Amino acid sequence: MDTKKPLVSVRNLKKHFPITGGILQRQIGAVKAVDDVSFDIFKGETLGLVGETGCGKTTVGRTMMRLYEPTSGGIIFDGVDLIALGESDLRKIRQRMQMIFQDPYASLNPRMTVGSIVKAPLDVHTKMNSKEKHDRIQELLDIVGLNPDFVNRYPHEFSGGQRQRIGIARALALEPALIVCDEPISSLDVSIQAQVVNLLEKLQKELGLAYLFIAHDLSMVRHISDRMAVMYLGKIMELADRDSIYLHPVHPYTRALMSAVPIPDPDSTAAHDRILLDGDIPNPKNPPTGCNFNTRCPVAQDRCFVEEPEYREIKENHWTACHFAEVTP
Amino acid sequence: MTSIIEIKNLKTRFFTADGVVKAVNDVSYTMESGEILGVVGESGCGKSVHAMSIMQLIPDPPGKITNGEIIFEGRDLLKLSDAEMRKIRGRDIAMIFQDPMTSLNPVFTVGYQIVEAIRLHNDVTKKEARKRAGELLALVGIPGAEERLDDYPHQFSGGMRQRAMIAMGLSCEPKLLIADEPTTALDVTIQAQIVDLVKKLQDELGMAIMWITHDLGVVAEMADRINVMYAGSIIETGEIHNVYKRTKHPYTTGLLGSLPRLDDEPGTELTSVPGLPPDLLALPEGCAFAARCGYRDEKCVAERPILEKIAGYDHQVACWHWEKIEGDGK
Ligand SMILES: Nc1ncnc2c1ncn2[C@@H]1O[C@H](COP(=O)(O)OP(=O)(O)OP(=O)(O)O)[C@@H](O)[C@H]1O
Ligand SMILES: Nc1ncnc2c1ncn2[C@@H]1O[C@H](COP(=O)(O)OP(=O)(O)OP(=O)(O)O)[C@@H](O)[C@H]1O
Ligand code: SF4
Ligand SMILES: [Mg+2]
Ligand SMILES: [Mg+2]
Repeated sequence: MDTKKPLVSVRNLKKHFPITGGILQRQIGAVKAVDDVSFDIFKGETLGLVGETGCGKTTVGRTMMRLYEPTSGGIIFDGVDLIALGESDLRKIRQRMQMIFQDPYASLNPRMTVGSIVKAPLDVHTKMNSKEKHDRIQELLDIVGLNPDFVNRYPHEFSGGQRQRIGIARALALEPALIVCDEPISSLDVSIQAQVVNLLEKLQKELGLAYLFIAHDLSMVRHISDRMAVMYLGKIMELADRDSIYLHPVHPYTRALMSAVPIPDPDSTAAHDRILLDGDIPNPKNPPTGCNFNTRCPVAQDRCFVEEPEYREIKENHWTACHFAEVTP
Repeated sequence: MTSIIEIKNLKTRFFTADGVVKAVNDVSYTMESGEILGVVGESGCGKSVHAMSIMQLIPDPPGKITNGEIIFEGRDLLKLSDAEMRKIRGRDIAMIFQDPMTSLNPVFTVGYQIVEAIRLHNDVTKKEARKRAGELLALVGIPGAEERLDDYPHQFSGGMRQRAMIAMGLSCEPKLLIADEPTTALDVTIQAQIVDLVKKLQDELGMAIMWITHDLGVVAEMADRINVMYAGSIIETGEIHNVYKRTKHPYTTGLLGSLPRLDDEPGTELTSVPGLPPDLLALPEGCAFAARCGYRDEKCVAERPILEKIAGYDHQVACWHWEKIEGDGK
């Protein structure tokens, strides 16, 4: 893939959730939420993960941190094989991988002050004395742009954007190398989204953080990412640097997805070239055979309904899973 | 063009235990028949309450329309009796609500609900209404429309439910369709289908559409004119190119600057608007945007600016210093 050593390598990762039924609640099938996904994340970079509701983005993030037990596949984090780790080693290494969540209301304990929320990871994982902890909390609040005098306030006294900053301060407490950002701005208003995204970009520059940035908003993901992965029904359809994904997408799904994004400019002609997809995303309990995009693909051929396309590197650092990627103009 | 609806000095208040929520503050504007008006602004700025005021569906108590006129085809809707207003609702003015799951009743089939909507305003038999309902579902692009009439809402996907809502909204061929965030909950490929559908229907049927949304992209694509709301007031309004390309309100400028565009040069910095919108329980005396505004001076803090017409353009702005603002609209 690259001569640089990745911070995280995910290989052939699968996470299937059982579907149970009948009076005995026996397993009668599986939702293939993540189905054979491979990617790397390098130190200090942002990998954007996009795709429509239910395509498996959150499950990728959580399984990669082994918050979900993978069905199969490999995860190497900074040279360590996460799959092989026992519970206590795993807890130690998770200090270096943190997560921030979509809902800044639900993810903070309403009965804890801001100070104690940010302090909790320091209590559990460090041997700092109380003076050191106090100083570190002040420093963290300052880094994320919150007034350090707010330490004794409760989450409900803050706006959505401010709560997201509290979540970021908590995630930074143990100096992680990687933060999984799962829709960190989706619940915020536009003018507040930019505040949080600018903060995440600043922190990345200063602290050398890597991000897995999960979101629906393609314009925002393209803005913040170095590389982007496009998911559909549990699989990565295409992965490349952000300009290749935007300017030279080869997968028909990526093309349709990019063309569907409205541009906030009444003179933009992008909508004229829009590729409208028919129908809806298939039920993930019962995905199509062959290529999983075949029910909506505007260029599907007979082969697409019988043979699953291989996920492969078609150009340097440009990966995709479409039978016709090499011949796409 | 003739105007279809004219709203004058509309004020809507909620009288709550914590105080008076000033949700809609002196809103005035006109919609022409057949035009698409985009209404944008951040969460809580009064978009839905202003639309519910037009429909007179504000829960009372705690809500009340305390001032204004809503002139629709020469009559002030605020002076009509409940019975007269019920006739207008659905027949002349239809509304699609923010959450399709709450506005489609889960215990009745989709077909039954459309049939009832049709029969409420038209003297037709059940059979005729059912035929019409099937045609409407087909019109909004639901495959196998006839058979799908007997499905319950939960058997529809999110996109199909939104289409069914549009079908119901269109059932009496209203002159004005108010759509409150009709695509916000949908994925972008499904949103593209709905936007395309609504543009086609508008071409065919010629009704006026008010499209309420957070998404400045969708508005740019489909609207003729736009109202930008902030803290219960319209702070900038006009023909779409004027507002996007010659932006004159610092809030609109900030909003456009905080949006990344898919076709941006990479590395373009987002110009975020600092701070937060004001509390509608305690609106400041002067300009509601003053606390967040880089152009603020004493006058802004003391006196509230009202919409002022920019000579020669279909464009109005409520800012004391709009002439200083170089809206290149990116
Ligand atoms: N704990 C679970 N048990 C069973 N199925 C699950 C579970 N979590 C997720 N799924 C299913 O796995 C699929 C992928 O879900 P996931 O939450 O990862 O999607 P997503 O891409 O994050 O969607 P969204 O954009 O809506 O957040 C969905 O079909 C979902 O219903
Ligand atoms: N029943 C109510 N009682 C008290 N306040 C209310 C009530 N309904 C709405 N409000 C207040 O009126 C203001 C305007 O709300 P409205 O729903 O119109 O916002 P909106 O612009 O539609 O926001 P969103 O984008 O989140 O839908 C808000 O401050 C809201 O809290
Ligand atoms: S009136 Fe003053 S505070 Fe309000 S937007 Fe204009 S310059 Fe800013
Ligand atoms: Mg998710
Ligand atoms: Mg609303």
